[in-house]
Amino acid sequence: MSQKAPLLEIESLKMYYQLKDKRYVRAVDDIDLSIHEGETLGLAGESGCGKSSIALTITGILPDNAKILGGKILLGGYDVLRLNEETLRRNVRWKIASIIPQSAMSALDPVIRIGDQIAEAIMLHETVSRKEANEKVRRLFELVGLDSSRTGNYSHEFSGGMRQRSMIAMALACNPKLVVADEPTTALDVIVQAEILKLIEDLRARLNLSLLLITHDLKTIAEICDNVAIMYAGKIVERGSTLNVYENPRHPYTRLLLASIPNLRGQRRKLLFIPGAPPDLLDPHPGCRFAPRCPCATQTCRQEEPEMITIKGSSVACHHAEEHL
Amino acid sequence: MTSLIQVRNLVKYYPLRRSFFSGLFGGQKMGYVKAVDDVSFHVDEREIFGIVGESGCGKTTTGKLTIRLLESTSGSVYYKDRDIMTLNKKDMNRLRAEIQIVFQNPYESLNPRSLIRDIIAEPLAVQGYCGDLEEEIAKSLEVVGLTPIEDFLYRYPHELSGGQRQRVAIARALVLKPRFVVADEPVSMLDMSMRGGILNLMIDLKDKFNLSYLFITHDLSMAKCVCDRLAVMYLGKIVEMGATVDMIDEPIHPYVKALIEAIPDSNPRIKIGEISIRGDVPAASDIPTGCRFHPRCLYAKAPCREKEPALREVAKGRYVACHPQ
Amino acid sequence: MLKRKGRFSAYLRRIRSFSSEFFSNRLGVFGFVVLVAFAAVVAVGPRIAPYNPLSLKSIGVGPPFAPPSWIRLIDPSVPESDTFGLLGTDEIGRDIFSQVVYGSRISLFVGFSAALISITVGTIVGLVAGYFGGILDQLLMRATDILLTIPTLPLMIVLAAILGSSIFNLVVVIGALGWQSTARIIRSQVLSLKESPFVESSRAIGSSDFRIIFRILLPNVAPLVYVNAALTVANVIFLEAGLSFLGLGDPNHISWGLMLFYANEYMAAMRGAWWYVVPPGLCILLVVMSFIFVGHALDDVLNPRLRRR
Repeated sequence: MSQKAPLLEIESLKMYYQLKDKRYVRAVDDIDLSIHEGETLGLAGESGCGKSSIALTITGILPDNAKILGGKILLGGYDVLRLNEETLRRNVRWKIASIIPQSAMSALDPVIRIGDQIAEAIMLHETVSRKEANEKVRRLFELVGLDSSRTGNYSHEFSGGMRQRSMIAMALACNPKLVVADEPTTALDVIVQAEILKLIEDLRARLNLSLLLITHDLKTIAEICDNVAIMYAGKIVERGSTLNVYENPRHPYTRLLLASIPNLRGQRRKLLFIPGAPPDLLDPHPGCRFAPRCPCATQTCRQEEPEMITIKGSSVACHHAEEHL
Repeated sequence: MTSLIQVRNLVKYYPLRRSFFSGLFGGQKMGYVKAVDDVSFHVDEREIFGIVGESGCGKTTTGKLTIRLLESTSGSVYYKDRDIMTLNKKDMNRLRAEIQIVFQNPYESLNPRSLIRDIIAEPLAVQGYCGDLEEEIAKSLEVVGLTPIEDFLYRYPHELSGGQRQRVAIARALVLKPRFVVADEPVSMLDMSMRGGILNLMIDLKDKFNLSYLFITHDLSMAKCVCDRLAVMYLGKIVEMGATVDMIDEPIHPYVKALIEAIPDSNPRIKIGEISIRGDVPAASDIPTGCRFHPRCLYAKAPCREKEPALREVAKGRYVACHPQ
Repeated sequence: MLKRKGRFSAYLRRIRSFSSEFFSNRLGVFGFVVLVAFAAVVAVGPRIAPYNPLSLKSIGVGPPFAPPSWIRLIDPSVPESDTFGLLGTDEIGRDIFSQVVYGSRISLFVGFSAALISITVGTIVGLVAGYFGGILDQLLMRATDILLTIPTLPLMIVLAAILGSSIFNLVVVIGALGWQSTARIIRSQVLSLKESPFVESSRAIGSSDFRIIFRILLPNVAPLVYVNAALTVANVIFLEAGLSFLGLGDPNHISWGLMLFYANEYMAAMRGAWWYVVPPGLCILLVVMSFIFVGHALDDVLNPRLRRR
C-alpha cells in the first residue's frame, strides 16, 4: 500500500435517516473505510445494508431526513462533512470525487441532449466557455468508446450500454480522482456488462483513477477490484484484498454469501442460502448484527458487538474469527 | 412417450403502427416487432427446462404464450396432447388449474390490497374448490416454509420481505396442484443470499409434487444450477438447445460461446478474457436478414447473410441453428 | 374465531396507519373537523333550529331585516326590539339561523346524492372503458368528450329550466353531467394497472373479466375514487349553490344558495343586512373548502408520489 495519505478516508461515520416519528434508521453505523490513489475498492452487501447511503454521504447529496451523527470524511484533504454547499460544489464535487448513481440510465434527462447535459455538468463546476465544454464532451465520448458525432442524441436514442457509457463520461467530466460507481452494471445485459466492466478497468488504468464500486454482485468485484469490504446491516464485517477475502473468508456472512453464488465453471452443486432476513435498522438488538442468522452464533455473539481485528491481512468483525482458520 | 408440454412453431408478432403521415405518403408495409419467431421445444415430466437470453430476446413472451396468458399470432402449444391455443375461454380457464406461473417481481405480483390468506385462497375460489379452504391454505404456507402460519395469514404483502412475498407467489401458484409451472426470473429481484432458498424450494417441490418447470432467466450460471435442459434465445429465435451441462461445457453456437465468456467468476484469479462478439443488439423492429446473429458473429460467412439457419439436431437431443462451418 | 380476529386486526392496522398519516396533515384535520361539525348540525337539525322556515308560523317571528341580538354588544344604540335571534331575520321576519340550519340539510343532501351518482357512473365507465379497450373504450370516451366540451353551467341552467326546479331534478341534472372527469381519471389508472403482474396473475388462475374488474381493479383504484369523491362533492355543492342563486333552486325547500337568491332579490346588501348574506355564503365557502382540504389530504396519504427518502 502506498505510504501517502489516502485519497478518501472515512472514520467512524454514523449516518442515520430520521423518520417522521423522530426515530432513527441506522443506515451507516460506525464505518471505517479508506481508499488510496489508484486503488479499487469494492463495497459489497445486500439490499438495505447501507452501501448506497455511503455513496450519497461522500458526495454530499443526501436527502433532507439524513442526519450525520458522527465521524468524518476526508476527501483529497477536504473535511467534507464540515464544508458548506458552495465550497463542496466548487472544489470537491465532480472535481475530486464524482458519482455514477444507481439506475444511472434513468438519471439522464430525456428532453435534453446528452452532450448538453454533460456540458452543463462541466460548466457548473469549472469556469469554461460553452465551446470549450462541448469540445471536452466530444473527447469524453471518445474516451468511453462512444461515437463523438453523437453528442447531439437524446437518451432514448441510445441503448442501455451506451447510456451507461454516457454516465461514465459525465462522471469523468471534471477529471476527478475518485469515482463512486453505485451498481453500474446491475441493470445491464451480460455481454454489455462485461464490456462496461472492461471499460471501467481500462479507464482506471489509463487515468490512474481510484474507484469505489458499490454492488451486491460479488462477481463484478472479483473482476475489477483489488480490495473489498463486506457490509451487513450498516456495519462493515470483513475487509481486505479481494484475493484474500474471497479465498479465505473469515466472517460467517462472507462465507455464506460466497457460497450462495452460482458459478458457471466447476461442478453443479446445490446453492447455499442464508435463512431469515436482515435485521431492522430501526432498533437493532445488542450484540453482533449477524448473530440471529449465523450458524455459529454463541451467547457472546448475542450480547457483545464484535470489534474489528486483523488476521493475516484481512480485518474481520467476528468474535470467533480466529477459530475458523 | 409424449412430453408434458410440446411447443410447435410458436409465433408472436406485435404490429408497429406507422405514424399517420408516413402512412399517407410512404405507402410502406406495416412493420412488426417479431418478439417470438417460430419457437419449438418440449418439456418432459419432472423436468426443469430453462430458457436463457438477454433482455428483448423474447423469453418472457415465450413463457406467457406457453400458458396462453398472451394470444399467439400462430403456432400450437400441446399440453397432454391437447392444443391449448384452440380451447374456448371456459375450457381454457378450467385448464389453468394445471398450468401456472410465478412472476419476476415479488413487489408487484401480489394484490397490494389483499391479505395473504386471500391471495392464496383466490385460485381455489375461482376454480370452484369445494373442500376445506383453511386446510389447503395452511398446507400451502407450510410447504413454502412460511411458518408459523399465524404470522403470515392476516398480513398485507407490504408487511413481508421480498423473499417472503415470492414464497407466497409460489404458494399461490401451487395451491391448485398444477403439473406445469412457468417461472419467469423468479429470484432475480431477490438478494443473493435468499435466492438459494427459493430455488431449492422449487426443486424440492418438483420432486414432491411431480412438477415440471419452464425456468426463464438471463443468468446462465443460475440456469446451470437449476435446469436439466435449456434453450438459448436471441432476437426471438432459439439458437441452441440441449442438456445444460453439455451446452455449457461445449457450446456450439457463437452467441452461446460469447455469453459464457462474458460471465464473470467469483474467483478473483479468473478474469473475463476476450469475448467473441462485436457490436450491439439490433432493435427488435429491425432484425438482420439471414441469420439474425450474423452482424455480431466473428465467424459469419456469405450464406449467413442470406439464409436463416434452421434448428438442426447435431447430436442426440442437441439442436443448433447455425450454418455448418 | 381466531380467523376473524386475525382479519379484523389486519384491517385495524391499516386504519391506524392511515389515520396517523392523515391526521398529521393540518389542513386535512381542519377540513375534517369542519365537516364533522356540519354533519352534527345536519343530524341534529330541527332540534337546534327554533323555527321551521318552511312553516307559515315562522313568518314574522321577528321584525323584517332585523340584525342579530348580539349587535348590541358592539353598538348599544340599537334598540332591543329591533334585533332578533342569533343571526337576525329576513325580508318577512323569518329567523335566519333556522334557515341556515335547515339549509345545510338540503345543500349537503343534494351535494352528496348528486356526487354519488357522478362517481358511480364515472367509476363504472372508467373501469369498463379502461379494461376492455377497443370499440367500447372509443365509444365511451367520445361520449365523455362530447359532454366535457359542453359548458356545464349553461347546460345545467337550460336543463333545470326545462325540467323544472325540484330537488330531485337538481340531483339528477348535476349528477348526470358530473361523471366525465371521474371516468377519465379512473380509466387512465385502469390502463396502467391492467398490465400489472398481479392482474396478470388473476388471469392466470382463470378469473372472469367481471371478477377482475370488480374484485381486483376496483379496490385498487378505490383510493383515487375517494379523492375524486371529496373533490366532486365540493364541486357539486358549489354548483347547487350557483344554480339556486340563479333562481333554479327548489322553492319548496330552503338551501344556502336559495337564501342568497332571496337576499339578492330583496336587496339585502343594499339595505346593509349583512347577516342575511354572510352566513349562507360563509357556510358554502367552509364546506367546499373543507372537502377540498380533505380530498388533498387523502391524496397525499393514499397516493404517495415522490416520497422523499
